[in-house]
Amino acid sequence: MTAVEVRGLVKTYGSLRAVDGIDLTIEKGEVFSLLGPNGAGKTTTVEILEGHRESDDGSVQVLGFDPAAGGREFRERIGIVLQESAVEPELTVTEVLDVYGDVFPRRRPTGELIELVGLEEKSSARVKTLSGGQQRRLELALGLVGDPDLVFLDEPTTGFDPSARRQAWSIVENLAGLGKTILLTTHYMDEAQFLADRIAVIAAGSIVAEGTPDTLGGREQAEATIRFAIPAGKSISDLPIRPVSTANGMVTISHPEPTRALHQLTSWALDNGVELGALSVQRPTLEDVYLQLVGDENGG
Amino acid sequence: MAAERPSDLALIWQQTRYQNKIFWRTPIAAFFTLVFPLMFLILFTAIFGNEEISGLGVTTAQFFAPGLAVFAAASATYTNLAIGTAISRDNGILKRVRGTPLPPWIYITGRVVSAVYIGALAVVIMMGVGVAFYGVNVYWRTIPAVIVTFLVGVACFAALGMLVAAIAPNGDATPAITNATLLPVAFISDIFIVTDDPPAWMEALGNFFPLKHFGDAFRAAFDPTLTGAQFHWDNLGYMALWGVVAVVLAARFFKWEPSKGGGRRQKKREKAGA
Ligand SMILES: Nc1ncnc2c1ncn2[C@@H]1O[C@H](COP(=O)(O)OP(=O)(O)OP(=O)(O)O)[C@@H](O)[C@H]1O
Ligand SMILES: [Mg+2]
Repeated sequence: MTAVEVRGLVKTYGSLRAVDGIDLTIEKGEVFSLLGPNGAGKTTTVEILEGHRESDDGSVQVLGFDPAAGGREFRERIGIVLQESAVEPELTVTEVLDVYGDVFPRRRPTGELIELVGLEEKSSARVKTLSGGQQRRLELALGLVGDPDLVFLDEPTTGFDPSARRQAWSIVENLAGLGKTILLTTHYMDEAQFLADRIAVIAAGSIVAEGTPDTLGGREQAEATIRFAIPAGKSISDLPIRPVSTANGMVTISHPEPTRALHQLTSWALDNGVELGALSVQRPTLEDVYLQLVGDENGG
Repeated sequence: MAAERPSDLALIWQQTRYQNKIFWRTPIAAFFTLVFPLMFLILFTAIFGNEEISGLGVTTAQFFAPGLAVFAAASATYTNLAIGTAISRDNGILKRVRGTPLPPWIYITGRVVSAVYIGALAVVIMMGVGVAFYGVNVYWRTIPAVIVTFLVGVACFAALGMLVAAIAPNGDATPAITNATLLPVAFISDIFIVTDDPPAWMEALGNFFPLKHFGDAFRAAFDPTLTGAQFHWDNLGYMALWGVVAVVLAARFFKWEPSKGGGRRQKKREKAGA
């Protein structure tokens, strides 16, 4: 089952093609993450899918609806956390969840949502007295109040402290566990790595790469990096493999076959009776791959 | 699932209740709508004395209280709806509402019903103070006309308020727009002053805007020199016409999205350097 189907989506603002021919397919139950630099067109794309903006070209289907015309039936099944939004400042946290929740035919209880986002202590506080991160948590709760089948999260954890971010991640994980579909934009690579089943990187209105967090941009085939401290009494020329760089006594080796390289290095260390201090092996991180992808796009 | 949908009436009631809450938690709006017009009644009776006004055959309070009640009702609907709605749009609240299954007309209706309720309260306070402290007379035979005139009047001014909200560039500009329209019009509509022999153009201008029709029809119901039910269908019809035109234009121009660059939130972010 497909939750979101987008073909040749185009949105222009004056002469700017903010979204320039995007194709997307998101399966039901998938956590899909859109990554991309500021101004890449993420929010524009997401808001077209939500029905907030109209496209200029291409076809869009969300839960079988045309979002621009979906109306009430469509909105009863989606949950929205906008990148930039606000809540009635004069109402309390509980009141806001009550009044927005009551418009849905199927709703999650206010108390449960308050607990879910960790706002128990603020349940009767006016919205205007909340801190930025607390308000953002309330907005996340509001996105879930209608027990939606599909949740749009546009930078949902911006402004969260680290523990609140972890808490939000587990909320999203739970939603995914319940079979909900989630479209997430974020600038945090660890967030995408942790949550996303699939990622699309968008730059200047076009998708430049798509894949799972582990395979995006050929990440699984990229060379691994091995690092360690040069053993006392040894020099670089003693090593069995040429390092790509050395700095502050640390050696860095890039190798397409890290197993073989490690075997050579550790055998050499054992034979010579030395220790490879601070030894580590790393695949390029999602961030490395991402920066390369959007860097390429900016350069070309 | 559609069977469990909340009824329209329940949703309107819910929205109205929350808009009322918001009103009472905004002391400045409550003051300007409910207390401020009363100060004119107190002032006018103190300045002119509560004697019979020569040529009109009514006391100062009997003449001014109904007009000021109309002014308060117009503030509660026209001014408050325009400012409140425009600010909610700037804040992104209207956009949030638009993303929920709440039918837009129910949200707007909730705001309007709340404003009408506040307007009714303002009228009751004004006339109540008039009766209690300034010897204002109320006549049972005109109560139906009072109610109908009030409802037609506030419907007209609510529609005009939504029109201002629809065409105002942003929330910050709205108080200027409402004040610069309602106050001058009030001066040529026999609300604050009665001119014996106004210039023809001023009289024509006063007759053009709906406020004078609201005031005239409402005041007639409290005029001791008149008899009968005091339904002034000409005034009511004229206000209805303004209302219908305003509704059509407001619906045509109304936006749920904050205008780019005009929003408070945006400004706040710019200030923060984000
Ligand atoms: N309403 C609008 N009017 C004019 N231009 C717009 C509008 N909305 C977005 N844009 C432009 O379209 C481009 C894409 O914007 P969008 O908000 O989709 O980016 P984004 O990927 O969400 O960026 P960010 O990571 O900063 O949130 C930007 O260049 C932006 O200036
Ligand atoms: Mg964005």
